[in-house]
Amino acid sequence: MAGTWVIVEQRDGNIRKVTYEMLSEAKKIGDEVSAVVFGKSVEGMASEFAKYGADKVYAVEGDVFAEYNTGAYVAQLAAMIAEYSPNAVLFAHTFNGRDFASRLAQKLEAGLATDAIAVELSAGRGVFTRAIYAGKAIAKVEVTTNPVLATIRAGVMEVAESAGAGAVVKPAIAATAGDVYQNIKSFVPTVSARPDLTEAETVVSGGRGCKGPDGIKIVETLADLLGAAVGGSRASIDSGWLGHELQVGQTGKVVCPNLYIAAGISGAIQHLAGMSSSKFIAAINTDPEAPIFNVSDFGVVADLFKVIPTLCTELKK
Amino acid sequence: MKVLVCVKQTFDTEAKIELKDGKIADAGINLIINPYDEVAVEGGIQLKEKKVVDEVVVLSAGSDKAMDAIRTALAMGADRGILIKQDTGADEYARAIALAAAIKEENPDIILAGHVAADDGSSQVPTRIAEILGLPHINVITNVEIADGKATCTCEADGGTLVAEVALPAVISSQVSWNEPRYPSMKGIMQAKKKPVTTADAVAADNKVKIIEFAMPPAKQAGVKIDDEPDVCAAKLADWMLNTVKIEVK
Ligand SMILES: Cc1cc2nc3c(=O)[nH]c(=O)nc-3n(C[C@H](O)[C@H](O)[C@H](O)COP(=O)(O)OP(=O)(O)OC[C@H]3O[C@@H](n4cnc5c(N)ncnc54)[C@H](O)[C@@H]3O)c2cc1C
Ligand SMILES: Cc1cc2nc3c(=O)[nH]c(=O)nc-3n(C[C@H](O)[C@H](O)[C@H](O)COP(=O)(O)OP(=O)(O)OC[C@H]3O[C@@H](n4cnc5c(N)ncnc54)[C@H](O)[C@@H]3O)c2cc1C
Repeated sequence: MAGTWVIVEQRDGNIRKVTYEMLSEAKKIGDEVSAVVFGKSVEGMASEFAKYGADKVYAVEGDVFAEYNTGAYVAQLAAMIAEYSPNAVLFAHTFNGRDFASRLAQKLEAGLATDAIAVELSAGRGVFTRAIYAGKAIAKVEVTTNPVLATIRAGVMEVAESAGAGAVVKPAIAATAGDVYQNIKSFVPTVSARPDLTEAETVVSGGRGCKGPDGIKIVETLADLLGAAVGGSRASIDSGWLGHELQVGQTGKVVCPNLYIAAGISGAIQHLAGMSSSKFIAAINTDPEAPIFNVSDFGVVADLFKVIPTLCTELKK
Repeated sequence: MKVLVCVKQTFDTEAKIELKDGKIADAGINLIINPYDEVAVEGGIQLKEKKVVDEVVVLSAGSDKAMDAIRTALAMGADRGILIKQDTGADEYARAIALAAAIKEENPDIILAGHVAADDGSSQVPTRIAEILGLPHINVITNVEIADGKATCTCEADGGTLVAEVALPAVISSQVSWNEPRYPSMKGIMQAKKKPVTTADAVAADNKVKIIEFAMPPAKQAGVKIDDEPDVCAAKLADWMLNTVKIEVK
């Protein structure tokens, strides 16, 4: 059996950090670790994965893989699994990763644990911890089929460098243009100088307490000082102050940064679902009874319009 | 054309979760339609209003209680419902098998679903259904145009917005930002009582995933809370960020 496979998340050569998190986690198992990378031309990336312990790099190259499309990627990965029999295949719990893993799992008539926050893999047995009911409960599940399939939440696992051989393997190409059923017309990247919300080390979020675009500006100034991503509660999204893709919570993004700062956010249960597993949480709120303080490591009962500008000055000192 | 919408009944997002005998306790919990599925139902009804489709069918798998979710969708404006009775304890694979079997009999042109359930949150079922039925799928849409036997979907993608086209029939899953679901009107609620709902037993399928245990998340330790002048708050917060979190300032 050929160890643990990690499906690389990349677009145009920009590799998502969750890829390194998965490689580092896979390395702990002790089995051979392989990175599987799809794209038009990807061999040049191999050394990147070797730095995080990849013993092998499956470079899956071809025009049909230029952009993620479920049909071709699933056809190809299914053929590779049949040929090489990995013990486990880990995907990122991104939009693409969960789409890919779900369709593959069904094609193999296999189980799949999605959005895992902890992994226990041994001898082909895979047990995963999942946060359910928006983080209000935890389920431990075992995938009883082979290979063990799972998608991993970004930001939870530590990245650790370790040298791997990074031997490039060029698998036989099984997918053809005939496997493609989603005709991609366009992809417009979100133009932002800020990091991706789900990948950022620090997230600064603004809620209804920001009272309007001017308040959001204050939040953004702090975010930029910290090189952070900006997020929002549903109240500030629904008010049109921030784009939908920036909503944090049960019906938005789940984020797991090192530091989450909630400004003018009450801490409704649906918001907590998206951020309560952050490593450090700070809250700025005028209401001492706001539930956000129950999950905060550091809370200040104060007006964000006064505190944040002073905070920025203090931090710049 | 016919659209079929998969609706899952979930716990109210406000629900307090407790364990009883090692399982998630459901006594006294208010049940709702999964918020994403509400959006999918609204999307289906709007397709009918635009005369793109002429029938909206809702499908739910679960216990008898799921009938309430179907009735709510009917009150919003869907035409008829199908309840597939399935034991709790079915995993994503078994659920998808049961739903796909019912969908196959209906033979709809468009299958709508939510992209994720707000409770178990696996994001698997719609994509699995598409694979079982051998249909194209597209996930996390924020808009769809139907023309010439094709669905052109705008989707929220990782790091951007994607526009992709699939041939019908296809499975399409919704993002919440697609639309604003309507509240059922009094008239709608009355009419829903008379709309037809058929029930059938689920096709049997073995689980591929086993639950080892449920647990409560570790309780968060109470943190520091400072109630002082803004300047003092700012200074202390800055100190904590720099020395405890060890943040880097750009
Ligand atoms: C099905 C469903 C799904 C949902 N999904 C989500 C989700 O994914 N994400 C989400 O966020 N919400 C979600 N919600 C909404 C959620 O219930 C709350 O309504 C929302 O989170 C409130 O946003 P808020 O905290 O910004 O606003 P509010 O609750 O109005 O809180 C504003 C806070 O700002 C404080 N404030 C006011 N002025 C100042 C000031 N000058 N300085 C500092 N603080 C100030 C106030 O004290 C208050 O605590 C969902 C709701 C439902 C029903
Ligand atoms: C071993 C095991 C045992 C389980 N036991 C239980 C249990 O006892 N009780 C329980 O409630 N759950 C149980 N679950 C969870 C159950 O598997 C999921 O609820 C179900 O498989 C659907 O997954 P999801 O809710 O995460 O759907 P997702 O894939 O996140 O849902 C996406 C969309 O699929 C559609 N969809 C999903 N489910 C349905 C449905 N039932 N009817 C119609 N449309 C649907 C909806 O449109 C939904 O928005 C168990 C899971 C496992 C692995």
